[in-house]
Amino acid sequence: METTLYTITIFSENTVGLLNQVTIIFTRRGLNIETLSVSPSAIEGIHKFTITAFADRETVEKVVKQIDKRVDILKTYYNTDEDLIFQEIALYKVPTSKLLESGSVESIVRRYNARILDITETWTVLEKTGHYDESQALFRELSHTTGVLQFIRSGRIAITKSKVERLSDMLAEMKEKVNRKK
Amino acid sequence: MKKEITGSQILLESLINEGVDTIFGYPGGQAVPIYDSLYDYKDKLNHILVRHEQAAVHAAQGYARVSGRVGVTLVTSGPGMSNTITGIADAMMDSTPVVVIAGQVPVSLLGSDAFQEIDVIGTTQAISKWAYQIRSVEEIAWAVARAFYIASTGRPGPVVLDFPKDCQVGKGQYKPEKIDFIRSYIPVPEIKMKHIEAVVALIDEAKKPLALVGQGVILGRAEKELMNFVKKADIPVATTILGLSAIPSDHELNVGILGMHGNIAPNIKTNEADVLIAIGMRFDDRVTGDLNKYAKQAKIIHFDIDPSEVNKNVKVDISVLGDAKETLKEVTERMKENKHTEWRKEFIPLWEKEIDTVIRKEIHPEQGPLKMGEVVHKVSEATGGNAILVTDVGQNQMMGIRYFKYNQTRSLVTSGGLGTMGFGLPAAIGAKVGAPDKTVCLFVGDGGLQMSIQELGTIMQSNIDIKIILLNNDYLGMVRQWQELFFNKRYSETTMVNPDFIKLADAYHIPARSIETREELDDAIREMLETQGAYLLEAKVIKKGLVYPMVPAGAGITEILLDDK
Ligand SMILES: Cc1ncc(C[n+]2csc(CCOP(=O)(O)OP(=O)(O)O)c2C)c(N)n1
Ligand SMILES: [Mg+2]
Repeated sequence: METTLYTITIFSENTVGLLNQVTIIFTRRGLNIETLSVSPSAIEGIHKFTITAFADRETVEKVVKQIDKRVDILKTYYNTDEDLIFQEIALYKVPTSKLLESGSVESIVRRYNARILDITETWTVLEKTGHYDESQALFRELSHTTGVLQFIRSGRIAITKSKVERLSDMLAEMKEKVNRKK
Repeated sequence: MKKEITGSQILLESLINEGVDTIFGYPGGQAVPIYDSLYDYKDKLNHILVRHEQAAVHAAQGYARVSGRVGVTLVTSGPGMSNTITGIADAMMDSTPVVVIAGQVPVSLLGSDAFQEIDVIGTTQAISKWAYQIRSVEEIAWAVARAFYIASTGRPGPVVLDFPKDCQVGKGQYKPEKIDFIRSYIPVPEIKMKHIEAVVALIDEAKKPLALVGQGVILGRAEKELMNFVKKADIPVATTILGLSAIPSDHELNVGILGMHGNIAPNIKTNEADVLIAIGMRFDDRVTGDLNKYAKQAKIIHFDIDPSEVNKNVKVDISVLGDAKETLKEVTERMKENKHTEWRKEFIPLWEKEIDTVIRKEIHPEQGPLKMGEVVHKVSEATGGNAILVTDVGQNQMMGIRYFKYNQTRSLVTSGGLGTMGFGLPAAIGAKVGAPDKTVCLFVGDGGLQMSIQELGTIMQSNIDIKIILLNNDYLGMVRQWQELFFNKRYSETTMVNPDFIKLADAYHIPARSIETREELDDAIREMLETQGAYLLEAKVIKKGLVYPMVPAGAGITEILLDDK
């Protein structure tokens, strides 16, 4: 079946075991999680998950509904890359001596829009923010020119292009509805 | 300042505050303080001591299913807890509201592989609606209130509370809690009037409508609304197994049971209806058969409280989210009165066909060994449709379901989604406790009875008045049926060498009788029903009986096997 990379965004309470509740729903359907990033949202006590996975649309819809159904989950939705502005961050640790020998520091930093985070006598750490392909390209180039001592890439974080319902508005609305009922 | 009490006492006070009067449980090291407190609450909380923790959950399920209240199970940590897992999974599949409270090692020992520690949250999250570990005395009342709210609202389900021992013995003040709002949880989705109107238009125009009713109608207490709805538009009603008793068996609009061993008429007509109206059912594969051959001609409407059920198995044309009690009422008010006399008549010849090819032979055989169907039929007649039917799993279950009749709702307790052998006996215990004024009849196989036979001890100790009808074929009959029909009669590991069940019952002081012939049947049933207290009736039935009709697994729902002998 044709699969697409979907980005699934989840707002949840910050309770113990929440990540497990989310991942078991992927596990049941045999879906691999490509990237995962979890952090506090702008609203205190509410966490945001950004998960990417390859799936067909029907499956991703069902997964999203099943995640949304969990008691501690506030809201779940999914998008494809066209709907999103997204980034990953990558860090590269390279030998300082090799970097200086190559004489290409400036050019690399400029071409890849990377920056130098820290330099010591023995190593230098470069940082690159961008899409997977871009950080991968920089990795390849550094591997050839200087060698890479350590490399790490974060999970994706993303923002939707369209205007979406803000979680704070949604929460306020829910509260109001309940109060009206009483 | 208010008096401080222990965490265990707070737990029990909180349970009483939720209206709990019965607990099914089993003590152990990490639950001793709770049991110690229970000693002082004997007048308010009736504790039924089971013989295995799985049974404690099944009993709580039986209790919940017949009473509409939340069933409560109390067990110790580690093996006590892990023994409940099948029950929790069963309750999840069948949307049964139960709260399972398990003792746990003290907070300071969590994660250290302490004696009888298991990761309760990790092991139960996938099979429960909510699982929570209490971490302090202050949280207890809140956690219990939340557990009951979650278990009983929206689409009900099991909730697990992991309760460390130090929180049981620690002291604090008890303040009653009531929870009716959780910001991350929408138990009942908002009704969309646009969808109601679209549904009304579709139903008004329908020439051949068929309602497919599931347990959602019973869980949502919408039996009356269902009745008003189908009567007004003259819509035939088919039910899933768990939907049984939502409408009386003999109601003129009731056209039978859907699915693998259901009735011919509703299965065939599913593929002829122009509008299918699914209400609180989830298009289980045992109901639909091959989805590629399922109701392709029909417009499908789906009423459900759980948005994740919509389009999960069958793509529908319109979904009506909400509480069936309200959504059915909204639709009924707006739709027009209607008659579908011709369409309804079309079900009759299919029923006649089933009577001729299957039913008559099964419930009125003239010779040969006893048949399961005739035993069920006789017990049902003798109890006049007013008894509660509990079944185990297998041929006994399908025969029980096919031939038992109901006048009242909440009259069936069976393991539908998980198909758990061993469910029957403990579930029947719970059903009797939950509906003490009703006769509870359990149909169980020789295999399934032995999966929870230890519960005869519970029946003896707590004087549980249930009628156990053992349909003994000395086989794991349902598996044997598959082997006969689809595996060249290679009966691999399905024969059972069985104990003397009458002697077994005798060991527990349960009156029992074994019969083998048709002539003994009436008298044995009379004796069983006249006996005060529990009774075991063993009916030695035909060894190689088959449940028909049958839609083989993976076949289309109209590809029905019939008894052609
Ligand atoms: C716990 C469990 N194990 C295995 C099965 C598979 N299974 C389904 S029906 C059946 C046979 C049941 O035999 P018995 O209890 O004698 O009932 P019968 O079909 O003969 O009426 C089996 C083994 C199951 N449903 N549950
Ligand atoms: Mg058997």
